[in-house]
Amino acid sequence: MAIVAPELGRHSWPVMATHDALSARLGELLGDALIDVIEHAGETTAVVQREALVTVIAALRDAADLKFNQLTDICGADYPDRAERFEIVIHLLSMTHNLRLRVKLSTDGRAPVPSLTDLYPNAGWYERETWDCYGVMFTGNPDMRRILTDYGFEGHPFRKDFPLTGHVELRWSEEHKRVVYEPVKLAQDFRSFDFLSPWEGTDYVLPGDEKATGK
Amino acid sequence: MSSLGSAGAAWTADDTTDVLPAKDGNEIQNYMINFGPQHPAAHGVLRLVMELDGEIIERCDPHIGLLHRGTEKLIEYKTYLQALPYMDRLDYVSPMCMEHSYVLAIEKLAGIEVPLRAKYIRTMFAEITRILNHILNTTAHAMDVGAMTPILWLFEEREKLMEFYERVSGARFHAAWFRPGGVHQDLPAGLLDDVLAWCDHFPKVLDEMQGLVADNRIFKQRNVDIGVISKEDAIAWGFTGPCIRASGVAWDIRKSQPYDAYHLMDFDVPVSNDGDCYARFMVRMQEMRESLKIIKQCAKAMPAGSHITDNRKVAPPSRGEMKRSMEALIHHFKLYTEGLHVPAGDAYVATESPKGEFGIYMVADGTNKPWRCHIRATGMAHLQAMDFLCKGHMLADAPAVLGSLDIVFGEVDR
Repeated sequence: MAIVAPELGRHSWPVMATHDALSARLGELLGDALIDVIEHAGETTAVVQREALVTVIAALRDAADLKFNQLTDICGADYPDRAERFEIVIHLLSMTHNLRLRVKLSTDGRAPVPSLTDLYPNAGWYERETWDCYGVMFTGNPDMRRILTDYGFEGHPFRKDFPLTGHVELRWSEEHKRVVYEPVKLAQDFRSFDFLSPWEGTDYVLPGDEKATGK
Repeated sequence: MSSLGSAGAAWTADDTTDVLPAKDGNEIQNYMINFGPQHPAAHGVLRLVMELDGEIIERCDPHIGLLHRGTEKLIEYKTYLQALPYMDRLDYVSPMCMEHSYVLAIEKLAGIEVPLRAKYIRTMFAEITRILNHILNTTAHAMDVGAMTPILWLFEEREKLMEFYERVSGARFHAAWFRPGGVHQDLPAGLLDDVLAWCDHFPKVLDEMQGLVADNRIFKQRNVDIGVISKEDAIAWGFTGPCIRASGVAWDIRKSQPYDAYHLMDFDVPVSNDGDCYARFMVRMQEMRESLKIIKQCAKAMPAGSHITDNRKVAPPSRGEMKRSMEALIHHFKLYTEGLHVPAGDAYVATESPKGEFGIYMVADGTNKPWRCHIRATGMAHLQAMDFLCKGHMLADAPAVLGSLDIVFGEVDR
């Protein structure tokens, strides 16, 4: 197995060394825990089983030829159409071998995800953020408070079904001498423009089109 | 150290007597204070809940999110170009470096080729931004520990850099000038000469400023051996940028994963082995000198050519072209209403922002809006280690540690 040096100067984006047999190596290292390996835009993604997450990440961290010694990030993503709608995306960096790897797993929001706080101390806040924004619980994280949203916030704002405007707004109340929360009142309806080309075929009916079909 | 409880009494007006060593066998109680959210040394809206034993920090719990604006959610409702100005408002001390990661992520997903001149321009302005950021951080750090003069001297230089910003983009801070495929406008005439002239002048100011604080006894007492983090801990806590280089890890994305024109640049990466606040300060001071080298190389070797790609599905045509060509007019209209389409897929692009690794994880679904755009904020990893760094230190060391980590809340809270 060899690290392939990148071709410099061809693209504008960061070019990285690549591991010529990374997907084979991942299969060998992770065994049944590995569901799929995706190569896209020169990046490797390993889709793994949720239950095996801790052993998977520990193996990736400790394997001498990979040594993913830094946890760059953990974040969530919401795909409401899927059976398990939330995807947890973990970015790992190997400073020793100059490699990056993305590890993905999915959850339905009720099934908790094993926490990585025992492997990387900085996983704590990233998991809190994912919990706050998407409502995915991490088992083993000792501190599962909200992190970005307000004290006493309700809901998980980055879910696709959470409205952009939120549910409450706050203002200073002269009467109560404190900040009060009230349901959002929009002076104008929320506008979401659809700028996708109508002349490339639409899948919706424009107002007035129903007259053409004689209904 | 609880005999110093009387010093701590100054912090809370009421019942602090119980922190004094109790002679009657009662237990000595720790007490909590709020550092922030409106504290001048908190560098924005940070609330640190600290548990103190006298003046010793036992536990330090940063409460972030007071500046949370939901940037990532807002981006999902905007086209790729409309979302770009949100980047400036993340780390508002180094706006163009924030744009840099974002446009590179789009370029990577859509496979957009960028002209060499645009790469040079972006590299040059990323380094100008680095100096802009480091001027603010080093001088504000010096002020946090009692040195008032550096910030007054160097802000004059910072203003000159913001003039460069203004000349290329029209805005002093929120430039929105880096665009997918290049930069929005070409450099105005005479800018490169002025940048070179400034590069010759700046080292003198920097030396004067460094002479004021670097060997100053008070500055050293406040910083040397304060907030020490070892190489292993720095890696484990997700440190990047000057903070990890101050701990002896020679890691710089500009060198290890070069983007734009960095592979053509000759510069060194300053590293220190001490891992304390002083090392982080000095690494930044040295980095400014290295940035000057890059700026000079870019300005001297600036190639001719286009400042933005001529792919009209990505970048708009020039005004002149629009007056003559119907097709150019249509391209312009489509780009500013519908916007560019990015093929489905995901990518993570990280650049070396002045604070460290600033990454964008972009999920495109093939339409004109990102499905998900996660921002990997540098400061979040650094601030998370605050408890680790501050434990056992005196209360007065907290601002020094905070200053040396270079936290900006626009980015941490997003």
